[in-house]
Amino acid sequence: MNVSSSSRQSLGTLLPKIVVAPTFVVTLVFIYGFMLWNAWLSFSSSRMLPKYDWAGFIQYEKLFANDRWWVAAQNLLVFGGLFIVICLLVGLFLAIFLDQKIRAEGAIRTIYLYPMALSFIVTGTVWKWILNPELGIQRMVREMGFESFSFDWLVNADMAIYTVVLAGVWQSSGFVMALCLAGLRGVDENVVKAARVDGASMPLIYRRIIIPGLGPVFFSALIVLTHIAIKSFDLIVALTGGGPGYATDVPATFMYTYSFTRGQIGLGSAASMMMLMAVVAIIVPYLYSELRERKQ
Amino acid sequence: MRISKIGLSVALALGLSMSAQAADVEVLHYWTSGGEAKSVAELKKMLEEKGHGWKDFAVAGGGGESAMTVLKSRVVSGNPPAAAQIKGPSIQEWGEEGVLANIDSVAKAEGWDALLPSVVSDVMKYNGEYVAVPVNVHRVNWMWANPEVFRKAGATVPTTWDEFFVAADKIKAAGMTAVAHGGQPWQDATTFESVVLGVGGAEFYNQAFVKLDPEAIKSPTMIKALNTFRKIKAYTDEGAPGRDWNLATAMVIKGEAGMQFMGDWAKGEFTAAGKKPGADYICAAAPGTSNAYTFNIDSFVMFDLDNKELEEGQNDLASTILSPEFQEVFNLNKGSVPARLNLSMSKFDDCAKLSSVDFVSSSIDKTLVPSMAHGMSTFSAVQGAISDAVTEFYNNDSVTAEAAADKMVNAIAAAQ
Repeated sequence: MNVSSSSRQSLGTLLPKIVVAPTFVVTLVFIYGFMLWNAWLSFSSSRMLPKYDWAGFIQYEKLFANDRWWVAAQNLLVFGGLFIVICLLVGLFLAIFLDQKIRAEGAIRTIYLYPMALSFIVTGTVWKWILNPELGIQRMVREMGFESFSFDWLVNADMAIYTVVLAGVWQSSGFVMALCLAGLRGVDENVVKAARVDGASMPLIYRRIIIPGLGPVFFSALIVLTHIAIKSFDLIVALTGGGPGYATDVPATFMYTYSFTRGQIGLGSAASMMMLMAVVAIIVPYLYSELRERKQ
Repeated sequence: MRISKIGLSVALALGLSMSAQAADVEVLHYWTSGGEAKSVAELKKMLEEKGHGWKDFAVAGGGGESAMTVLKSRVVSGNPPAAAQIKGPSIQEWGEEGVLANIDSVAKAEGWDALLPSVVSDVMKYNGEYVAVPVNVHRVNWMWANPEVFRKAGATVPTTWDEFFVAADKIKAAGMTAVAHGGQPWQDATTFESVVLGVGGAEFYNQAFVKLDPEAIKSPTMIKALNTFRKIKAYTDEGAPGRDWNLATAMVIKGEAGMQFMGDWAKGEFTAAGKKPGADYICAAAPGTSNAYTFNIDSFVMFDLDNKELEEGQNDLASTILSPEFQEVFNLNKGSVPARLNLSMSKFDDCAKLSSVDFVSSSIDKTLVPSMAHGMSTFSAVQGAISDAVTEFYNNDSVTAEAAADKMVNAIAAAQ
């Protein structure tokens, strides 16, 4: 009696663990295990095929001496920074405008959110055509009679990275809008009414009361956008192919090129370790603050 | 009627699965486009006539990049295919991994050394023994021209780089694009290697791109080649960056552009558009390179398998690939020329005949050089390093030729 009840109890506590175990193992092996494997490769002399020797920091030294890596890293900063800031701003304003109890809000909301349903490959391809000077906007405006009009960002090595920002913002700002809209809907109407009674103007109410209240929403959006930016690969491949030259290379395309087409797996692994570190640098403070809040 | 159809399909399925149970020769390749797929079907048929099953392992995309990624994972997991399409110095890289099968016995029996130019057979050997068999020879230093455009502009097809710029100026002045270019790094490198060959000659080309001699790369000849290369940019159109090579070929076909620098796979586009060589388009060696030849050779490498039953299949496959019948039918479809010397070229078009004649004469004159842009002259890491420096120089006007040459030297050293 005593035994069976204790065994039933232990089954009750064990069952959830048993159910979760396969997922846990899979995550452990296929995410953290492979991260460690990659770290090992980045310290090896691997070229075409993986090799398990110890080569010290030579791959990192090579990486930091590589011009193309610094172009890629700089592009990530430019793209990531602009992409995140513009997405947040555009998303916030769209949400505020949509929140004015306008007609057909549902339809408009869907229209703005819809790009999110496309893959980055589709977005990239469409924008490639729109921005191509011989096919898209430039040609259209010139055919309208403005012969000297020029819009060649896509083919200009100095400006091409901004076209990636443009396409990325087009795709992702709807997502920020949806998050912000949900946040705005959660704001207590009475607070707004009270502020209006006190004579505050709407812009002031937004600036001082509503937007500061959206802090957690911005934070979630920031985390999601940041890792979209760091992982960005498909958008670049479809839109610019990393070009002109390698002017729009980012760490992800750099890593792929070196690991898989140039037979320099060690160098590619070192590059992906650097990307991992960038993600860790953002996620760890976030987790830390989350956990600390929970303790309090 | 219906039943008999079902019966037939069941019988077929049974037959297929039975032939799949006999040891099949699994062949990894990336020939999936129209003409290429036809050629592969031909190879399959010939191999089956010799009594071997064929297991097709086609991986499309990226000029073989995807195929190589799949191949690596198969080899690492200890399960390589019987044969795979690998070319150039990569064969040596695979040889060093110790995973290749030796087909020297077939080669000796059939006397391959006499059938192939030594430049080609060297690529096919690892440690002096054959591990690979060549399928075809592509010439890379071609210039494809539209005679109608040249006639309208009053220009003549150039044979030197000086003449090239005269002709290009005329075409530009007549309101057409002089050079149809696709601004992707490999296409930049394809054009660049033709310029280097034209400006510096075959010996210099070898010194720079095969021996990777820093002195040669920093020499005034290379600076001149770099500056000539960049000068071409002024004669391309604004839509060039990122354009696929076949779209650039289409510009020449449609008469929107005068010329394109591209290997002889471009001929397939002209043929598909119903154009005739000589009349509708001109194939000429890139300026200054008519006596030289940059080759890009596709080949099949045999892997060392646990299943020794397949050895015979591998040997027969190698022998079939180099047979005159296959070399002819394959290259007619692909637009390239046979790797095997002394074959009758009577069924081929004029461009292929010229290519074949130049192939033989350049191999005698020692002006037959491996294509850098297509990974025939160096390992892929070095090729990538050169290509990076070249494409950055071409696309970024603030980089001087001297700086680009220095970068090339440093990047090559770092990649080795």
